Amino acid sequence: MTVHGNGQLTDVSDLQHMREELLSLRIASAKSIHVCTGPGCTAKGSPKLYELFCKAAKQAGANVKVLPKAVGCHGLCECGPIVIVQPGDIFYQRVEEPDIAEIFRETLLGDRLVDRLVYEDPATGKKLDTVGKIPFYKVQERIALAYNGLIDPTQITDYIAEGGYSALAKVLSSMTPEDVISEVERAGLRGRGGGGFPTARKWRSCREAKGSPKYVICNGDEGDPGAFMDRAIMEGNPHCVIEGMLIGAFGIGSEQGYIYVRNEYPLSVDRLKQAIEQAKKLGLLGENILGSSFSFDIRINRGGGAFVCGESTALMASLEGRTGEPRAKYIHTVESGLWEKPTNLNNVETWANVPHIINKGSKWFSGIGTQKSKGTKVFSLVGKVVNTGLVEVPMGITLRRIVDEIGGGIRDGKSFKAVQTGGPSGGCVPAEHLDARVDFDELTKLGSMMGSGGMIVMDEDTCMVNVAKYFTEFLQKESCGKCTSCREGVSQMLHILERIAKGEGQVGDVDKLEELAELLEGTALCALGKTAANPTLSTIRYFRDEYDAHILEQHCPAKECRGLFLYEIDAEACKACGICKKNCPEDAISGEKKVPHVIDQAKCTRCGTCWDKCPFTAVMKV
Amino acid sequence: MTDDSKLIEQIVNRYGGEVGMLIPMMQDLQAECGYLPTEHLRCLGKQLGLPLSRLYAVATFYASFRLAPKGAHEVTLCVGTVCYLKGAGAVSEAICKEFGVEPGGTTRDRLFTFQAVNCLGACAVAPVMLVDGKYYESVTAESALEILSGLTKDKETAEKGAEA
Repeated sequence: MTVHGNGQLTDVSDLQHMREELLSLRIASAKSIHVCTGPGCTAKGSPKLYELFCKAAKQAGANVKVLPKAVGCHGLCECGPIVIVQPGDIFYQRVEEPDIAEIFRETLLGDRLVDRLVYEDPATGKKLDTVGKIPFYKVQERIALAYNGLIDPTQITDYIAEGGYSALAKVLSSMTPEDVISEVERAGLRGRGGGGFPTARKWRSCREAKGSPKYVICNGDEGDPGAFMDRAIMEGNPHCVIEGMLIGAFGIGSEQGYIYVRNEYPLSVDRLKQAIEQAKKLGLLGENILGSSFSFDIRINRGGGAFVCGESTALMASLEGRTGEPRAKYIHTVESGLWEKPTNLNNVETWANVPHIINKGSKWFSGIGTQKSKGTKVFSLVGKVVNTGLVEVPMGITLRRIVDEIGGGIRDGKSFKAVQTGGPSGGCVPAEHLDARVDFDELTKLGSMMGSGGMIVMDEDTCMVNVAKYFTEFLQKESCGKCTSCREGVSQMLHILERIAKGEGQVGDVDKLEELAELLEGTALCALGKTAANPTLSTIRYFRDEYDAHILEQHCPAKECRGLFLYEIDAEACKACGICKKNCPEDAISGEKKVPHVIDQAKCTRCGTCWDKCPFTAVMKV
Repeated sequence: MTDDSKLIEQIVNRYGGEVGMLIPMMQDLQAECGYLPTEHLRCLGKQLGLPLSRLYAVATFYASFRLAPKGAHEVTLCVGTVCYLKGAGAVSEAICKEFGVEPGGTTRDRLFTFQAVNCLGACAVAPVMLVDGKYYESVTAESALEILSGLTKDKETAEKGAEA
C-alpha cells in the first residue's frame, strides 16, 4: 500500500497510486459473492448467510479464490435475502441457509446456475439470471446508489478502488471553490430532502455570508414513515456522503461538518463512524487534506427520536443540545444557523450526488431528468405493490412506470387506488394522474410533493379517510408544540377525522377541515405545520366521495373503518364447519351442521373475528 | 466521589464538557443506566452549569429518553405507514390490551418495554416487530401475542427457549 510512514495520503497522486495498487491486487480469477445486508434482507436473516459464506470460503482452502462481501441494500427487498455472484452479475433471490453450500459448489466452483434461486418474471414466467435482465432494475438509473451492493461499506479501500475520493482529488488539485459551486449550479442539483431548493444557491449564500466558522451539516434524520433511502446510502456507501460533504465544505469554506443521524438507525451511526475513522487514517479528513491547505472534520450526532428534527432549524437546535423546536424562517440558516454561524444543511442523498457531478461533469448530470428537475431520485417503493424495494429513477419518469414496471403492479390482483408521496407532508395521487411525471414541480401541482422519497402504493382496500387520519395522528404526536396553530390545529383536524372514521362525522366537517388547513398553511411556524394538512387536503380533493360516504351514509367504501360496513356469510362458499360460530364472542352466528351459517346483524359488533378465522373465505365485508 | 458522579464526569469529559453535546451525553448516560435517573440528571446539570429543568425538557422532548427503568425485554413494533396499512395498528392495540401497556411504557411486572416506532425500513416484511433486536416479520395480532407470551423475565431462559 502507500508508502508514507504514517499511512497518510499526502498528495493527489498518492490516492491515484493507491487505487492502482488496489486494482492490481484484485485477482482476475477471483469471484466475489455479495450478500445484501440492507434492512429488508437483514430482517430476513442475511447476516447469517454472510457468515456461512465466509465459513465456506475458509473451509475451501487457499486455492479457491472466493471473496464474500456484506454489501448495502441492493434494492429488491421483496425477494430478499439477495445474493449476487460476481463476475457475471448472477442474481439469486430468497436465499436460505441450506442454499449456501449449493451456491458455493455449483456457481462459485462449478460455474453453473442454481436454477431454483433464479428470479422468475411473474409477468412472463421467464427465468432471468442476471441483475440487468430483471425489469425492476432495467428501468432504473443509479447515481446516489451507484455503488450500493457493489462495495463493502466497511472498507474504504473498496470505495477507493471504484474511484472513490477521486472527485475530492479533482477539486483540491484543479478547482477553486467558485468552480465547485458553479459546476453544481450548472448541474441543476436540487435538495433531495423534500424542498427541492437549488443546492448551489444555498452553498453560495453560505460562502458569501459574513461570519466564521462556517458549518456544513448532513441531515440523516430520515423520519418519514415508509422511507429508508438515506439509511440505505449511509449504510451501503457511507464514504460517498463524506466525500460529498468534503467537496461542499471546500466550496463553502467550512472546516467543520456534522452528520445528524436518526436515532432508530444505529447501524448507520456505526458505518459512518467507521468510515470517518478510515478516512482520517488516510488523511482524507483532518488537517491539510491530500497535502492541500484545506482542512475538514466531521462529527456524528444521534437524534433523539423526534420527527420535527428533520426540519433544518429544529435540527440545529438539537445539535446545540436543546429541544428540537424550529424557529421562523426569515432568519436564514445560511447566514445564522448553528451557534448563530453561517450553516449549510443538505440531505444525505444530495451529498451523495455531489462526487458524481464533479467526476462526470454538470453536462452529464443535467442531461438526466426534466427541465427543472435534474438527475435522479431515490424512492422507497412500498405498500401494496408486488416488488417492494429501493429504486432510483431519472426525474421525469411517470408514476405509472414506477408502479407497474418497477413495482410489478398491485399485489394479489387488486386494483390501484393511489400512491402517496412526500411522507406526512405529502399527498395521495390517484389513478387518473398516474401518467404524471415525477419531478419537484409536477408533484406539487398535484397536491402532493416530492418529499424525501417515500412512495407508498395503496390498493382498493385502503380507506383514504383512514390514511388521512394516520398521517394527521402522526403529525399531531410529532408536533413540537411551539406554535399554537400547529399544536391546536392539527389536534382539531385529527379530532374531526377520528369522528368521521367512526361514522360520527357531521355535515360540514370537510369544510371545517379545509378551513383548518388554510389556517395552518398561513400561520404555522415551520414546514411540519404548514404542510400538515396536505394528506387530508389531497384525499379530500381526489376522494371526496369516500368522505361523504363516511359522513352521510356511515359507510366505509374500502371496508376498512370498523363499524362502517357489515360482515355476511356467503351461503355458497360456507362449508358449515362451525369455526366462526365457535369463535364469535357475541354468539351472533347461528347454523347447524351442513347448513350455511348466518350472522345476526343485530347482535354483531363487527369485530371481524369470523372474517379472520374462516378458512374458506366465506365471510364477506359488505 | 461516588461511582455515579465518576461515571457522569467521564461522560462529560468524553465530549470536552461542551454544553452543545448534552444530548449525546444523555444518550451515553441512558446507555449505561438503562434510563435517566433524576439524581444523575441533577448531577450532570451541575457539572455543565445547566438547571435541571433544561435537562428535563430535553429528556421529555425526545422519544428515545426514558425516565423510568425499562423492562427485561425490549419490544419494538413498527407503525410506519406500510406496517400500519398492513395491520400494525391492530397488533399494537392487541399488545396494549393484553399486557396493559401503553406505547413507550413498560409492563407492570417489568417484563418488557413496548415501543411503537415510525418505520424501521423493513417495509418488505411489514408489519415488523423487533424483540431484543430480533426481527419478526409479517406479524399479526395473534402471532405477536404468541411471541410475547413466550417471554420470561429471566433473559437467559428466554433465549434458550427460543433456540429450542
